[in-house]
Amino acid sequence: MSTSPEQPVLQVRKLSVDFPHKDGAFHAIESLNFDLLPGKTTCFVGESGSGKSVTARAIMNIVDPAIITQGSVTIIDRESQNSLELTSLDTDSEEIRAVRGARIAMIFQEPMSSLSPVHTIGQQIVEAILLHQDVNETEARKRAIEALKAVHIHSPERAVDRYPFEYSGGMRQRAMIAMAIACEPDILIADEPTTALDVTTQAEILLLIRELQRKRGMSVMFITHDMGVVAEIADDVAVMLNGRIVEHGPVDQIFHAPKHPYTRKLIDASLGLEQAAARPVPPRPDKPLIQIDDIRLQFGGHKSWFSKTVYGAVVALESVSLSLWPGEILGIVGESGSGKTSLGRVLMGRYKPVSGSAIYTDRQGRERDLTQAASFRDKQVYREIRMIFQDPYSSLNPRMTVEQIIAEPLRINGLASGNELRERVANLLERVGLSASMMERYPHAFSGGQRQRIGIARAIALEPRVIIADESTSALDGSVRAQILDLLLDLRDELGLSIIFIAHDIGVVRYLCDRVAVMHRGRVVETGLAHQVCDAPVDSYTQRLISAVPRPDPRQRGLRSA
Amino acid sequence: MTLYLVRRLVTMLLTLLALSVVVFVVIQLPPGDFITSYIARLSGSGETIDQAVIDTLRERYQMDAPILAQYWAWLKGMLHGEFGYSFEMKLPVAQIFSERIGISLAVELLAVVVMWAVAIPIGIYSAVRQYSIGDYFATVIGFFGLAVPNFLFALVLMYICYVWFGVTITGLFSPEYMNAKWSLDRFLDFVQHVWAPVLVIATAGTAQLVRVLRANLLDELNKPYVLTARAKGLEKRKVIMRYPVRVAMNPLVSTIGWVLPTVISSSFVTAIVLNLPTLSPILLRALLSQDMYLAGALILFMGVLTMIGTLISDLLLAWIDPRIRLGMVGAN
Repeated sequence: MSTSPEQPVLQVRKLSVDFPHKDGAFHAIESLNFDLLPGKTTCFVGESGSGKSVTARAIMNIVDPAIITQGSVTIIDRESQNSLELTSLDTDSEEIRAVRGARIAMIFQEPMSSLSPVHTIGQQIVEAILLHQDVNETEARKRAIEALKAVHIHSPERAVDRYPFEYSGGMRQRAMIAMAIACEPDILIADEPTTALDVTTQAEILLLIRELQRKRGMSVMFITHDMGVVAEIADDVAVMLNGRIVEHGPVDQIFHAPKHPYTRKLIDASLGLEQAAARPVPPRPDKPLIQIDDIRLQFGGHKSWFSKTVYGAVVALESVSLSLWPGEILGIVGESGSGKTSLGRVLMGRYKPVSGSAIYTDRQGRERDLTQAASFRDKQVYREIRMIFQDPYSSLNPRMTVEQIIAEPLRINGLASGNELRERVANLLERVGLSASMMERYPHAFSGGQRQRIGIARAIALEPRVIIADESTSALDGSVRAQILDLLLDLRDELGLSIIFIAHDIGVVRYLCDRVAVMHRGRVVETGLAHQVCDAPVDSYTQRLISAVPRPDPRQRGLRSA
Repeated sequence: MTLYLVRRLVTMLLTLLALSVVVFVVIQLPPGDFITSYIARLSGSGETIDQAVIDTLRERYQMDAPILAQYWAWLKGMLHGEFGYSFEMKLPVAQIFSERIGISLAVELLAVVVMWAVAIPIGIYSAVRQYSIGDYFATVIGFFGLAVPNFLFALVLMYICYVWFGVTITGLFSPEYMNAKWSLDRFLDFVQHVWAPVLVIATAGTAQLVRVLRANLLDELNKPYVLTARAKGLEKRKVIMRYPVRVAMNPLVSTIGWVLPTVISSSFVTAIVLNLPTLSPILLRALLSQDMYLAGALILFMGVLTMIGTLISDLLLAWIDPRIRLGMVGAN
């Protein structure tokens, strides 16, 4: 390379972005200064709302409806040293469009919604190539296939004509990356590119980004809220809080000599899960609450007309046996598609397995088989087994007040009405750490963590015995997540609940759960005490899963280039 | 794809058969039949009718045969392209059809083309410049168009044209071309007349389409893939046309299915007010006078049009949206 490696490719000075508002403006980011260096990865961390994504968009000069109020973003050509200031350009001008996609490329968190659903992957990559390179369509297609090959997509000649919904989550993110690197940009901005992926896929994507970066000397701006990922890949770290960079430095210094209290808080929150002490094993009564035996579940396929054999079916669960003991928190971990959510739905009577049984002993001591529709007929099971969902945004009806949402299960079951109902809702709200005065508000007035608390209040309204929490904390930021986990622990002790906690985050499971079942391709490959499984896994798949979890310490990097 | 089409066509035939039963039952539902209401009308105007004539009529149309036989006779006629005879208009149904179907189709299709041509640009503008003055203007005009009944608009238009410009806009042809053969002059005359009904029929539909497109597009504009396309370096105009507009068109395309049957069923009142020689006033008359063969044929024809329309819109949807195409049973 002709230039010295320390010469930045992007300089950001005093960058500020405002969202104009009826009464004054909201300062999304204020006076940011940083450089991006070629071949280096700069991680931006902070919780949602801290301005990380706005920063990325401001570099591309696509911030509408917000406006860049001051500051400069200068991109410096590595060969010719020519520099170009971007914020002063018209947001749709030819000069800025020549930079976007060609010299600065971007990938996003949700690979599904970030790709057009009605165009093939190939069409979308070819479009980017044709925009910036002087080639014809046949050549562009050839380059698109090469780009897909570079991100290790299997048989790229065929994959190029597929639509995004035919790809798996990890493959979509690879396709996004292929599109971003197709024009060989100097700078890659990655906005939470692995947050929606499970750990093993995350590890693959992180490795891929690093491989491409090394090969092409790209500068990477990586936005994340996961300190483990930061420790794994960063050269430099910028910690953002309320639109400002509160600390900026080399990764080792940030993790081992943090100066700002907020940085320390972030690291502690991630280490907290990591270093939690082993939980005392709860005493085990003589009979489990739910005994799952040899369940097999399959989807789709068509029955032959002449025999009972089913062809072309996808097996979701295969000889799954588990037990849930009273008062315990049972974690179920695995990658997406491992069958963990399906198992939860079998227990709620949503899916009917082909064979096997799930015996639940109800409050009166009667045994009910949850795989039989008859067990749900008198609704008692629904009162005793409740669910908390993953997405705190879509699992609450936006047109109902919080009071109506929490009161609904009580009302439907005729357990309370009038003033008594209000009082119980107020109690529930206080129990989950919200104020009773919030009853009248609608869900959109609450943050993600608060919404999840509302969901929990709704779940415990009927004083259930079992709660099934499906990825209930994976949409939350670190510190909020820790609060929700502690709330669940408190509620377990207070109400004597048993919890089935479905998650892909090993750290969370290790912190919260008493026992863990690891699932892989519809089978339970390992069960045991949470600490044993997480710290000394026996099964080879579990070992792979655990080693894919990034440790929040840059001195213990685990990713190895394959 | 062929398998899918065959499947659909078979389903359509079965549906059509079921529909014919329903149509027949509905026509038989009111007390009496065409003959009794015919006699009632004649005696109402002071005429008498010979019992022998009545009997001949009854026999010819098997009015006294069992219901099933009547149904079978009717259906058999249909299958042979024999649609029967309209007592009311004293013409074969087929002839009424052939006289009016072309004009009906022309007027409705023109209205649809105008609707789309006007609604799509306005809808896109309204969504992209949400809450701008232009958007508010389109919204107000749109609600106005939705709220004003078509026939009232037609009346107002007639009044304005007559009083201010001295032009009558009723009908689709000037008297001298009414029964003339098609020629260039007749065509020009048609063009001079057709704008009024097209305008009247298209207003409400346009307003509705604008609202639907605006709402769809507003949802799509904030999707991450729009940002992706802009981050590629694509011009904002092109981004909007190529990505969100394309996705937002889906619900519009599915409305094509309802457009075809409107050739017969829509704009009754407008057609009567403007004295249009289309099929919809005929349907009304046929229903009022229990003109069984005419009404039955019209309703059945509407059913056919609905099914064809739905098939077309399904195929179009599959063509523009791969998610639907690849999900279709038997498509691959």
